[in-house]
Amino acid sequence: MTPSRPKPLLSRVADAVYWMGRYTERAENVARFIGVNQNLMLDLPHGHGDQWQPIVDTTGDRAAFLSRYGAATEENVVRFLAFDAENPNSIYSCVLAARENARSVRDTISSEMWEQMNTLYLLISEQSRKPLPAVLPEFCHQVRFACHLFQGITHATMSHNEAWHFIRLGGMLERADKTTRMLDVKYFILLPSVSDIGTPYDDIQWTAVLKSVSGFEMYRKRFGRISPERIVEFLLLDAEFPRAVRYCMGLADQSLHSITGTRPGAFSCAAEQRIGLLRSELDFAQVESILKSGLHEFFDALETKMNTIDECILGDFFAQRPQTAGTAG
Amino acid sequence: MQFSSYDTQGFCDEMFDGAGSPRPHARLLLETVESLSDGQLLRYKHAAERLLLQMGITFNVYGDSAGTERIFPFDLIPRIVPAAEWDHIERGLKQRVHALNAFIDDIYHDQKILRDGIIPREVILSAVSYRKQCHGLNPPWHVWCHVAGIDLVRHRDGVYYVLEDNLRVPSGVSYVLENREVLKTIFPAVFEGLSVRPVTDYPSHLLEMLESLAPGAPGSPRVVLLTPGIYNSAYFEHSFLAQQMGVQLVEGRDLVVDGGRVFMRTTKGLERVDVIYRRIDDDFLDPEAFRPDSLLGVPGLMAAYAGGRVALANAPGNGVADDKVIYAYVPEIIRYYEGADPILPNVPTYLCWRPEDRTYVLGHLDELVVKSANESGGYGMLVGPHSTTRQQEEFAEKIQANPRNYIAQPTLALSRVPTIVGEHFEGRHVDLRPYVLCGKEIYVMPGGLTRVAMTKGSLVVNSSQGGGSKDTWVLAPAPSLREGQVQVQ
Repeated sequence: MTPSRPKPLLSRVADAVYWMGRYTERAENVARFIGVNQNLMLDLPHGHGDQWQPIVDTTGDRAAFLSRYGAATEENVVRFLAFDAENPNSIYSCVLAARENARSVRDTISSEMWEQMNTLYLLISEQSRKPLPAVLPEFCHQVRFACHLFQGITHATMSHNEAWHFIRLGGMLERADKTTRMLDVKYFILLPSVSDIGTPYDDIQWTAVLKSVSGFEMYRKRFGRISPERIVEFLLLDAEFPRAVRYCMGLADQSLHSITGTRPGAFSCAAEQRIGLLRSELDFAQVESILKSGLHEFFDALETKMNTIDECILGDFFAQRPQTAGTAG
Repeated sequence: MQFSSYDTQGFCDEMFDGAGSPRPHARLLLETVESLSDGQLLRYKHAAERLLLQMGITFNVYGDSAGTERIFPFDLIPRIVPAAEWDHIERGLKQRVHALNAFIDDIYHDQKILRDGIIPREVILSAVSYRKQCHGLNPPWHVWCHVAGIDLVRHRDGVYYVLEDNLRVPSGVSYVLENREVLKTIFPAVFEGLSVRPVTDYPSHLLEMLESLAPGAPGSPRVVLLTPGIYNSAYFEHSFLAQQMGVQLVEGRDLVVDGGRVFMRTTKGLERVDVIYRRIDDDFLDPEAFRPDSLLGVPGLMAAYAGGRVALANAPGNGVADDKVIYAYVPEIIRYYEGADPILPNVPTYLCWRPEDRTYVLGHLDELVVKSANESGGYGMLVGPHSTTRQQEEFAEKIQANPRNYIAQPTLALSRVPTIVGEHFEGRHVDLRPYVLCGKEIYVMPGGLTRVAMTKGSLVVNSSQGGGSKDTWVLAPAPSLREGQVQVQ
């Protein structure tokens, strides 16, 4: 008997699991942003703390929010980010999209994954029918853990095959994107408040930034004292922290190579080349020179590169048209 | 919950005899249910429903914008079929499916049965499901119907009748497998005591049959399951069967025909496909051959099939044998091809295109069940005794406008099975859909989907009309005592 080749993966299925990975990660991030921000607001003095607008900026939906809601009150922002079915990036929409994708590939993912995805969906759809959850922290906590559980179940019950690598690829790119945006928004809000420097509020706010990416404890172990430069270094360039942009790109690159079978350090398609370029840039970057040449410019360029990678993945794997089929496709 | 107040109300009951005593094969189950502590059965019921919801075995409620999803009602009390009764059913089903396959093959080749005058030619030619595109095609072993779900009902007389032959894309088998998994967790001791025949190997039999259809491909053929997509009401079943068989679930847009062969689009290019278990109706299969506006199908698929490059199960065109008018001729079809009387009888059927039948039907609409020849799912149907005068008038008009499209049957008193209603048991009417696989040989799954009309007094068991389901337990024949063995009491 000849050894059987690995089963080929349908382009449609690769597309669906990639987005399932992205949307699950996105839902988890948005839930964490909301939860951490609410927690932060409780610590800040009155008048100081109307900081819900930046959370909307972090998800990149400022214009849509302002046109439909106006004032960035806690209630408006939570409604928009958590339950608004018309906001494609709300937790509700993300979970719905992740589940529809999961449903369309039920034969590819494990039953345990599907059940957990359903549990998450039932949790959200139940909450969305109620008035704003009285216990918002509890709700955010539940969403985060339901998403973590899904990711853990995915790791433990699904073969680490091509489809699995597409899930991880989607998840890692999404995570890198969210860390970048969050840091971009927060850094420039917090930096000018010179009057706060040395006050407890400065520390509290930067601590919240770290907590927004579950990075506070790990940062403490790595650098100890809170300092904006070190925080930028930690969230952008750390090689071990799982939400650092560099770490995410490393795993995304590994998954892409597992998918194509190309050896590490080489590339066989546009996506692989772009991700390799970004990865090596982050591998050899220094935070001092990034700050010197302009952090905001760096973030902008990073966003552009990540968008290009996403487009390349679409072209290389999902929108593939058969060469030989001519117009039949 | 006890059965002491249970009343068969003069219907044939699968669990109790005419005098109201438990049938011998039902006794162990009934005792086990009665021995459960207060409220335990209802706790099991709620746990099972929660599990089904979590597993996403749901359907969307149409017209509900909130997107509410409901599970298909499922009743915990199974229907039990004793071994001898099942043996009779199985022989009858094999005979029927064998004859139907011979019939379809004949219709698409020599049409001997028409030339011999057994069936009027115009009945065939006027059937919507007759596909002239299929003339002269030669599927392996002349089998056109690979998966059949034959609906049986039991009348007051205790006889099993065939109500319908579902030969096109019958669904429901996934519920049989899921229902069984749930009941095994609830009544393990009863299973041990009764020796219920397993159904879990259905996907293996299905895969084996599908692989056997591959057009001359050496090595291991690639089988795929073609679904209309996630919005189809049977999507759960499609994904479930694909998963259980380990075959790729595909949509029409995943497939492409190139050079007369069928391929699927993968991340690494095109991959050959040998066998397609299609769960899409003929009409939507290939816009080049059938409905040109279909977006679900694969352009060029029929040409590849006709060229012998890919196998399709079930074979296109086989619906000609489950037209409800042709159904009326199945006893004749069996006699013609099998040279024997049918083992399972048909329900007596009036064909409205026959003037004398039509006159009778129009005069007895209040007592007959009228069905449209080409609809399923309980649509296009009149249940005379449960209908209003207005509905009867509507049907009278429809029948006169298009007599070929209507048949009528006497309203049967379908047998009943005790069913949990609120906090006690009531009888509910059921039918039975066993699944038959047909490749080189015929396999009948020991069991099937028992559909139950959950509404009091209702005879309509279709899930689209508020029907639910029950597990079906087929008992293994009692082991005969070997010589020298002593039975210990």
